[in-house]
Amino acid sequence: MSIAPGLQPESWHLLTLLDRAPGLHALADTLADLVDEGHPILAGTADLKYSNGLVRFQERHPDHYVQFGISEQHMVSTAAGLATTGWQPHVATFASFLALLACEQIRTDVAYTQLPVRLIGHHAGITLGYYGTSHHATEDLAITRSIAGLTVIAPADAAQLRSALRAATDWPGPIYFRIGRGQDPDVYDRDDRGFTIGRAIEHSVGSDLTIIATGSMVHPALSAAATLQAEGISTGVLDMHTVKPLDADAVSRAAARSGVILTVEEHSVLGGLGGAVAEVVAGHGHGARVVRHGLRDEYALIGPPSHLYRHYGLDADGIVRAARTALG
Amino acid sequence: MTVVKHDPQRDLADLIDTISERALFARLETVRLISIAKTGHYASGFSCAEILATLYYGVMRLRRGEPDWPERDRFLFGKGHAAATLYPLLADWGFFDPRELDEYTRLGNAFGDHPDMTRIPGIDFSSGSLGHALSTGTGIALGTRMRGYDSNVFVLLGDGELHEGQIWEAALGAAHHQVSNLIAIVDRNDHSLDGRIDTVTGIEPLEDKWRAFGWQAHRVDGHDVAALLALLRSVVADTARTSPVVIIADTVKGKGISYMEAEFGWHLGWLAEQDERNAIEELRRGR
Repeated sequence: MSIAPGLQPESWHLLTLLDRAPGLHALADTLADLVDEGHPILAGTADLKYSNGLVRFQERHPDHYVQFGISEQHMVSTAAGLATTGWQPHVATFASFLALLACEQIRTDVAYTQLPVRLIGHHAGITLGYYGTSHHATEDLAITRSIAGLTVIAPADAAQLRSALRAATDWPGPIYFRIGRGQDPDVYDRDDRGFTIGRAIEHSVGSDLTIIATGSMVHPALSAAATLQAEGISTGVLDMHTVKPLDADAVSRAAARSGVILTVEEHSVLGGLGGAVAEVVAGHGHGARVVRHGLRDEYALIGPPSHLYRHYGLDADGIVRAARTALG
Repeated sequence: MTVVKHDPQRDLADLIDTISERALFARLETVRLISIAKTGHYASGFSCAEILATLYYGVMRLRRGEPDWPERDRFLFGKGHAAATLYPLLADWGFFDPRELDEYTRLGNAFGDHPDMTRIPGIDFSSGSLGHALSTGTGIALGTRMRGYDSNVFVLLGDGELHEGQIWEAALGAAHHQVSNLIAIVDRNDHSLDGRIDTVTGIEPLEDKWRAFGWQAHRVDGHDVAALLALLRSVVADTARTSPVVIIADTVKGKGISYMEAEFGWHLGWLAEQDERNAIEELRRGR
């Protein structure tokens, strides 16, 4: 895919969009590799193959690719039907249209039946900043987390997405993957410290504060922790890539060690990672205080994602400020 | 040694008799099951009893006692609320012990008002939420085809169910992907919960709609076993077909019991003891 002749080098169009989101190559390439290795994988999308990179999968395995058109509910139900015949379908679309528009199909056809369908909600959170509220997904963790039997994974970067997709090949039930727009800075090189579904990655331990972050917020959380550490605040960081089943042991250890837990997510503070962590801390009674950082009970403004992250304090500076406030 | 001369006409007549008898059996069992539950969907089950019996005894490729045989034909019950009429047929195929139905709807048993694939052998996909089954059926049809099986997937839809938008997503998708092993049957009993379909939201002309979506469409009397059998068998025999097929089966809601045919309120209900005896008698008489 190259820029058409005669256009300025900085110009781009739909077909070059993917080159601006290298993180999404991880999705298509990993799935295509898994097909090469003999896994019964199918991949499909609802008219977004250039947005999520599955065009690269289609090029390598046209016989394992299904184009559904703009029919998210049909896509999810069809994936469930495919799974009954021994396939492992991966269906991808914008997180807002997957978790919200096809919520009931996910719950009834995929999760209740415990079929090995992989639901890939990309451009989650506010990554589609100026596309507006319809395209923001700030409720998807709360929705999917409440669906019984559905595993929820939010990888921090491309390397972790690759690990997660591989780890999922022998996971028996359905999984909702929450990913961004493929432009997340790298947190992990090839070594993501041994990715295991349901086990948080402990980057550091802290006696004053533990930041528990998921998905796109792991990178700024690590930067924020470095700043706080330099100020003499003992700060731990947990990458909670699996929001469900939540690593309750890791949360409990953090609560026992730190007086304050700060959860950070590109999501509403209602019902997502913060809610999940608070439920564990309340249940274990370690006396830690949980402060949830994310969007409040509100719809996000329209704007470029980087501006929105700054506005909502979902960048390193914002997380530092939230931590100082939490520590009093 | 006596040679029995094979007579295809006689065989067909016997099969039609068997199917009609199994449809009656399904209706009688429906009455019995609803009497256990003390509420249930009589009329929706009665409208499709001949369709179910024709599929299970005259059309579908199944193996007795082997509900998971990978090469079997599949049946999906879009209008899953009529499950009580289907269960007796599955038991009859040896997919589970018919005595299990004695516990119908009781706490913790497998059998509820809607079919559940996680609990009941022979249910090829769960249903209950209307509008999903044509999509799940599309997935199964695609999946079996990609596995190299020549299974057919039959999806029985309610006519009220056609109000759901997802049906038309599936209609577009299945035609686009030429899912020719997908056969939808619309139980056109002309009623949904709130009354006659055309007073709720009109759906005709149905054959034109499906054809416009790229489907092969047929219309048949859904209580005429001979006609149903001939049509379904001709569809299945047409291995050169390239598009999915829909059959609009005109039926009568509550078919077989005079006062149910006359009153749409019997979509959901329960018969008191004397009325139940009368209903059974009327069904047996065949009116």
